[in-house]
Amino acid sequence: MSDHHSHNDHDHHEEEGPHASFSGYMIGFLASVFLTAIPFWLVMGDVFTSQNVTVMVILAFAVVQIVVHMVYFLHMNFHSEGGWNMLALIFTAVLLFITLFGSLWVMYHMNANMMPGM
Amino acid sequence: MSTTVSTTVSTNETGKREFLVTGEHHVANGTLLGFWLYLMSDCLIFAALFATYGVLSSAYAGGPTGAELFDLPLVALNTTFLLLSSITYGFAMLQMQQKKVKGTMTWLMITGFLGLCFLAVELYEFQHMIHLGAGPQRSAFLSAFFALVGTHGLHVTFGCIWLVTLLVQINKHGLNTANRRRVYCLSMFWHFLDVVWIGVFTFVYLMGSMS
Repeated sequence: MSDHHSHNDHDHHEEEGPHASFSGYMIGFLASVFLTAIPFWLVMGDVFTSQNVTVMVILAFAVVQIVVHMVYFLHMNFHSEGGWNMLALIFTAVLLFITLFGSLWVMYHMNANMMPGM
Repeated sequence: MSTTVSTTVSTNETGKREFLVTGEHHVANGTLLGFWLYLMSDCLIFAALFATYGVLSSAYAGGPTGAELFDLPLVALNTTFLLLSSITYGFAMLQMQQKKVKGTMTWLMITGFLGLCFLAVELYEFQHMIHLGAGPQRSAFLSAFFALVGTHGLHVTFGCIWLVTLLVQINKHGLNTANRRRVYCLSMFWHFLDVVWIGVFTFVYLMGSMS
């Protein structure tokens, strides 16, 4: 059995996570600081007179920031885990979209059409 | 490193000896993919809570509104803690890639400290709101608010517990394969919570402060 102990020395065939780099983290961090500060400034400083414009802009910032975090912090790309990571993410995004917008859309119309005297 | 691997010897029907090295012959990165799938299921829990909050966000029942309750400078402070903890976790990962145990542990401790700061501010906020009579039972809006933000806070709490456990394990066994895998998994968990928080501060706090 002793001659098989050499197995143990090279067993760990690089089960390594994603390769992270300092510049990647710094880009992600600076981008997220920027993408957080601007929405807070827009709301706290009442920059736009129209509330709808503010809502649209801060939602757009949130979407961009989520993508930045996915790429620079969670190291998402199309070939990690043989593409399965991305496939799971896309599937979740579809369910998320249906849940969120479906609920809001249905409940908004329920309120608008079914509440008496509103 | 070899301490995590055990070798079992067995004899099969043909009498040939087989050597089974546990921990080998599994799909590379299988754990990380599995953990990612868990995070995606977690994402759906948050999607349901966000949808609930979205539907109920103006059901004030005559109680206080978000604009009256939310303290944006405090939320900005909390967001800063979480963002900083993301970059410090990144530094821990970089130290780990260079196989520096001390550096990894130091940055993980700083990350945990920032996580605790976040929790402290959030608990203060909750306590303050409940003190004002704006607890979860006041209106549907507040029920949805506490359910959503509280679930996120609970995740951060468990992240901190995991982090402390991991620090003990690294201190005991060093950066072996199992511990490196755990650091990667917690990294995903931690950054995922940050992503959820982007949704929370935008959808709940910023949009709530406007109406």
